[in-house]
Amino acid sequence: MNDRKIRVLVAKPGLDGHDRGAKVIARALRDAGMEVIYTGLRQTPEMIAEAALQEDVDVVGLSILSGAHMTLVPRVLELLKANGQADVKIYLGGIIPDEDVPKLKALGVAGVYGPGAPSEAIINDIRTVIHGRD
Amino acid sequence: MSLADSVLAGDLLALARLLTEVENSSPASRTALDELFPHAGKAHLIGVTGATGTGKSSLVNQLTLKFRKPDTGDPRRVAIVAVDPSSPFTGGAVLGDRVRMRDLAGDRGVFIRSMASRGSLGGLAQATAAMVQVFDAAGFDLILIETVGAGQSEVDIARVAHTTLVVEAPGLGDDIQAIKAGILEIADILVVNKADHPGVEKTEHALKTMLSMAHPVDKVFLQHGQAATRAGQADGAKVWVPPIRRTIATDGTGVADLVAAIDQHARHLHQTGDWLRRERARLEVELETLISETLNSRFRAVVSDEVYTEVVDRLVQRRLSPGEAVEALLNRKF
Repeated sequence: MNDRKIRVLVAKPGLDGHDRGAKVIARALRDAGMEVIYTGLRQTPEMIAEAALQEDVDVVGLSILSGAHMTLVPRVLELLKANGQADVKIYLGGIIPDEDVPKLKALGVAGVYGPGAPSEAIINDIRTVIHGRD
Repeated sequence: MSLADSVLAGDLLALARLLTEVENSSPASRTALDELFPHAGKAHLIGVTGATGTGKSSLVNQLTLKFRKPDTGDPRRVAIVAVDPSSPFTGGAVLGDRVRMRDLAGDRGVFIRSMASRGSLGGLAQATAAMVQVFDAAGFDLILIETVGAGQSEVDIARVAHTTLVVEAPGLGDDIQAIKAGILEIADILVVNKADHPGVEKTEHALKTMLSMAHPVDKVFLQHGQAATRAGQADGAKVWVPPIRRTIATDGTGVADLVAAIDQHARHLHQTGDWLRRERARLEVELETLISETLNSRFRAVVSDEVYTEVVDRLVQRRLSPGEAVEALLNRKF
């Protein structure tokens, strides 16, 4: 298939209840022609990995505003790997201190975006990585 | 080990990957579907349809919880195929049905797959029936198929499912809606969800009136106005009158009764021979669709793009009618 759809899971792990950013991104990716599986608030890493497996996604987008990213992200990565989905790309949005960004990228996160990041940049990054992989 | 073998062996990642192949109708999926076909045909396929906002996803969530923790008997394995619409402009989609199904997370006896309609207009996607077949072969006992929010004519689900639930909610329309043709006709079970909302009596009454006026008709599906397939009651067989069940899908009220009605419908289909008749009708439609697709792609393979473009140009200039164009193309008069 020449126009294989990019499938993205957008999830909001952790306990904060602010999902506006996740919804804005879901909508932007939809408008970019991607199929976005939106799972809603308060997802555990286990729920995220299970959904990523069942939906066979190419990309997982996580929105974390609670400061728990250094706990949640490694766990999600570990579970994806255990499920045989090490090739799934993880993108992170939210409030992420600058000093954590290199650590997260070293763990295998494909991109980290703070408040005000233009959605075009995120869309382009995802397209480049996924089409480069195929 | 082929993808199909891995699926049969219970490998969930292989299952997820095969579903993607099927959804993209890749050549690999054709082979896998051929291999899986003899293993399918055991599952009870249950369609859940109804207007946007009637609570289909929440109801699927509650039904699945009940199938997994029944009052009596063994838990059954459940697959869910949830279809949401694709944007007609960008082809993108937001598939949000999982939001209402979080209670099912962590249960390995449940597999949820979201699916975009990708331009299909009948309430399902083109590949839905094939995806259902994969789940069937993979050994799921029940397959719940949730359609896009359906208005009046999105009735494809009745061709795919053994049992079709049409979900209504109070306050969505007056009783003239209940006598129109279309979606209510395909119901094997009518569900009045949100039964704690005002107006539930009125909705139920409208549906009851509709049912009392109904003459038992032989369900012969019409395709493009022509009788396509016979899928209804056998002559003289016991007629199934769609029961009405009230539910509150947010807390599970009435769901046990609904499960009982679903199981009763399955028994009815088996006892009357309708199960086999529906199966035959379904396979016949599938065959016809596949023949059309195959003939079409074979035809396109022998007609060059230049010729095709030229014919379209002549159509636009009104020098050729669409009918003449088809004749000319098929007889290679170019």
